[in-house]
Amino acid sequence: MASSETHESNRRDFLYIATGAFAVVGAASAAWPLIHQMNPDASVQALASIEIDMSAIPVGQSITVKWQGRPVFIRHRTPEEIKISQETPLEDLKDPVARNAGLGGDVDASDANRVIQPEWLIVVGVCTHLGCIPVKNQGDYNGWFCPCHGSHYDLAGRIRFGPAPENLLVPKYEFIGDDAVRIG
Amino acid sequence: MSQLHGEPYQPKSGFMKWMESRLPIMGLLYPTAVTFPTPRNLNYWWTFGGILMFCLSVQIITGIVLAMHYVPHVSMAFESVEGIMRDVNYGWLIRYVHSNGASMFFIAVYIHMFRGMYYGSYKEPREVLWILGVVLFLLMMATAFMGYVLPWGQMSFWGATVITSLFSAIPYFGDMITQLLWGGFAVDNPTLNRFYSLHYLLPFMIVGVVVLHIWALHVTGNNNPTGISVKSKQDTLPFHPFYTAKDGFALVLFILFFAIFVFYTPNILGDPVNYEKANSLVTPEHIVPEWYFLPFYAILRAIPDKLGGVIAMFASIGVLFILPWLDTSKVRSVSFRPLYRQFFWILVIACIGLGYLGAKPPEGAYVIWSRILTAYYFLHFLVILPVLGILEKPRLLPKSITESVLGNGDGDKAESKG
Ligand code: HEM
Ligand code: FES
Repeated sequence: MASSETHESNRRDFLYIATGAFAVVGAASAAWPLIHQMNPDASVQALASIEIDMSAIPVGQSITVKWQGRPVFIRHRTPEEIKISQETPLEDLKDPVARNAGLGGDVDASDANRVIQPEWLIVVGVCTHLGCIPVKNQGDYNGWFCPCHGSHYDLAGRIRFGPAPENLLVPKYEFIGDDAVRIG
Repeated sequence: MSQLHGEPYQPKSGFMKWMESRLPIMGLLYPTAVTFPTPRNLNYWWTFGGILMFCLSVQIITGIVLAMHYVPHVSMAFESVEGIMRDVNYGWLIRYVHSNGASMFFIAVYIHMFRGMYYGSYKEPREVLWILGVVLFLLMMATAFMGYVLPWGQMSFWGATVITSLFSAIPYFGDMITQLLWGGFAVDNPTLNRFYSLHYLLPFMIVGVVVLHIWALHVTGNNNPTGISVKSKQDTLPFHPFYTAKDGFALVLFILFFAIFVFYTPNILGDPVNYEKANSLVTPEHIVPEWYFLPFYAILRAIPDKLGGVIAMFASIGVLFILPWLDTSKVRSVSFRPLYRQFFWILVIACIGLGYLGAKPPEGAYVIWSRILTAYYFLHFLVILPVLGILEKPRLLPKSITESVLGNGDGDKAESKG
């Protein structure tokens, strides 16, 4: 008698747990659409790539274009700027990783890994600290300076000093002609 | 006893008798809001609770009216707020009351919180009451932050960018979380829309937590300037008319103060850069949050590491949650704690100093001072308070609230009964 009672209560326990687990799964799957609706929607995703004609940018100048709601800096680097960037010792870099979406992985942040053609530096113009837009040709390394909390970037968009943890992101892009690129 | 009660409600009219036997709402409200036994010695620092309720009502009423004219779209938001200022009848007044009202709300809440720290109101048995207060403070900050984004000026946009980017410091999930918050790859129209929705919602959640806060208050009763507990009926007065009158008088003065800002200098507390429409390609030279966030912003910037700064900023509010257990002294009020009194004022000065530094550019001596004061802020809560409770020799406490008010002569006691 006693043993059959224990048996009964075990079956009950199982049913409680199974019902509870089912309710949790149900609640979670009902919650997911309510959370996922906040993620970038189809119209935002559709702006994924843009094409830019860079032939009008003289050497030493740069432009800012808007991509996915964010600024992208396109800088036509001078030979000296390229030289300085290439000769920067890797030990001097605060963030040793290339942060190049086109290369991925953990390749080092040498200048070669930050560009496709050395004359053209293309980076997302969003400070990796808290998202302000750095100002060009300022700061200790003449690349960019972020006024918000004082981050200094060099001529390859690499963080050299300040609170920003990472180099400016290099977006995925490809050349579609001599002086034109498709970003995204 | 689960709740302190004043004299119960006695329905007089036939209608109220009929009503009370169906929905005893007066039976609930009367002993908690009218005859509620309140310590007889509360000073004016105790009027800020009522003032806060007033501020919340003002924000809700003016907010609902603003929402009738405001358009939450990046192409119209800024223009619709200008429309409120220029075209809507009394729109300028309603908006200035709402935008200055947020500042008044924070002035009141900071006084209310420091009052709690001065008189030890967070101590046993009021820990939950205090924690609910910190929750209210967090909800207020979230509401004010999202409200400030709505007019879609330069500071709205860049403030939103910097603050939401704080979450990108979280390891591994950071970028996922910021995209989820933005609904895109940067602050944009989806962000504005959801902030509007939440800015409308959160004040009503605040109302809900206020109900819990008052409920907890009515279980333990008010603290008072002596910090000693109510011992007899002699120590208390019915809330009405004694404290309704005192609160009312303080409220009138507060409204006068509020009105000076609204009518004479409505923009002094705001940043002029926010009258420039948001531009996602140009960051203003100095990004400065509204004054009420400055101490926390200074703490964020004091730490040279991104994740570290974010953790320090949240921890500076987090310590308030465990304050009841960090302070090891059994004595509540500063009146009987000679050493704590000094440290209390040093903390106040440190907080004001952090506020000042939060508005300055992050360079040179400003950064060094931010670090010193940030370190001191945490030192106060994590080291000084626990140690002080053990080392400090408190002064002799009076036997009762009545004794502290009237002295301990017998004649005085007899008089107080009369
Ligand atoms: C806890 C209460 C509240 C606080 C602290 C608060 C705070 C703020 C702040 C700081 C602003 C920006 C003011 C400016 O510079 O223009 C704002 C704007 C706004 N708020 Fe609130 N608010 C509260 C409640 C509400 C409620 C309940 C509603 C609606 C039902 C509302 C609707 C609006 C609207 C439509 C705007 C945009 C118009 C404008 O910028 O003046 N608010 N709020
Ligand atoms: S956002 Fe650039 S330094 Fe903080």
